[in-house]
Amino acid sequence: MALIWSAIALAVCVPLAAAAVSPLLAWRDPVYIIAGFAGIVGLGIMLFQPMLIGGYLPGLPARIGRRVHLWTGAALVAAVVIHVGGLWITGPPDMIDALLFTSPTPFSPFGVIAMWAILAVALLAALRRRLGLRPRTWFRAHRLLAIVIVVGTVVHGLLVEGTMETVSKVALCALVVAATIKVMADLWMWRKRRTLRDRIDMDASSA
Amino acid sequence: MTTVMLNRRYLLAAGGAVLATTGASGLLLPARAEGLAPTASMPGGSNNYRQGAPIVERIGKGGFWMSGTVRRAGDGAPLAGQRIQIWAHTTEGREPDPQSHGATLTDKNGVFRLEMPQIVPVFGQPHGHLAYDSGEFKTVFLRPVMASAKDTSLEAHFVLQPA
Repeated sequence: MALIWSAIALAVCVPLAAAAVSPLLAWRDPVYIIAGFAGIVGLGIMLFQPMLIGGYLPGLPARIGRRVHLWTGAALVAAVVIHVGGLWITGPPDMIDALLFTSPTPFSPFGVIAMWAILAVALLAALRRRLGLRPRTWFRAHRLLAIVIVVGTVVHGLLVEGTMETVSKVALCALVVAATIKVMADLWMWRKRRTLRDRIDMDASSA
Repeated sequence: MTTVMLNRRYLLAAGGAVLATTGASGLLLPARAEGLAPTASMPGGSNNYRQGAPIVERIGKGGFWMSGTVRRAGDGAPLAGQRIQIWAHTTEGREPDPQSHGATLTDKNGVFRLEMPQIVPVFGQPHGHLAYDSGEFKTVFLRPVMASAKDTSLEAHFVLQPA
């Protein structure tokens, strides 16, 4: 039990600690530093999101994890807003280029697409009852957007040459991808099993 | 300083400039030099540009070399006395800061080099900015990226067309 928690804590805290001693920080304004760390925190939260849904965290079964997932999702939105807002204050022309997809940096469009996907999931989550989204539609939309978010964020993070230390960054990104694949595979399997069981039940009752 | 001046990149740049010069005189590469295309501005090249950066001996305390060549489109003739403006996020200042900006002139071979503080990665890439914006030729903004953040020099080359 303690093993999983300490592994997760390490996967998130080591990159943060390594970035905290980056020599680049000496030449950055506080707002820029905060914006950068908000990005790392966001990536860290992305490791928790699939773990919470899958109920892989000891002491947090999926039933409770789903509720926590909502709050950590909101925290992720806040991290993205601080990341983008802080970078906007630091270098408006570079941020405008990124948001308009005219930036020379190859990682920018990946980050911007991931940002829009995160905001879209948050908006759908907030409005899905009012919109009358069926659970199945919501699940499919969220799954698709989650893939866009994870792929976009990981490519964005890996291509950025910033305060993050390379090995800890790659490790965290790999874990985020692995956790996402794992939970999607599990959800697919659980649903399939349930459909199968429902069908058997129906067959039994109609017989 | 001597070690910086004699590194591989600078020798390559100087060699390239010599080649360009001889090529332009029609001795070495007459066919290729004829149709030299003008350099296009790079995306993001003009970000944090400040008009009229002063001509300086060097920007700040130096330690890093920005160099390159300026040639004429078509025949590739080196352009002497052309004002090139340079700025970057360095160990001594942010990109928009006035003290991060400076300008220099090309020599008779169309070569320019300006010492400036070490460039540090900003917005995800270690890069510099250069501008030709003196009116005689069309304005060009360049944004070269360093192969490694540890590099202590960077090059950018201009091929200008009449305005």
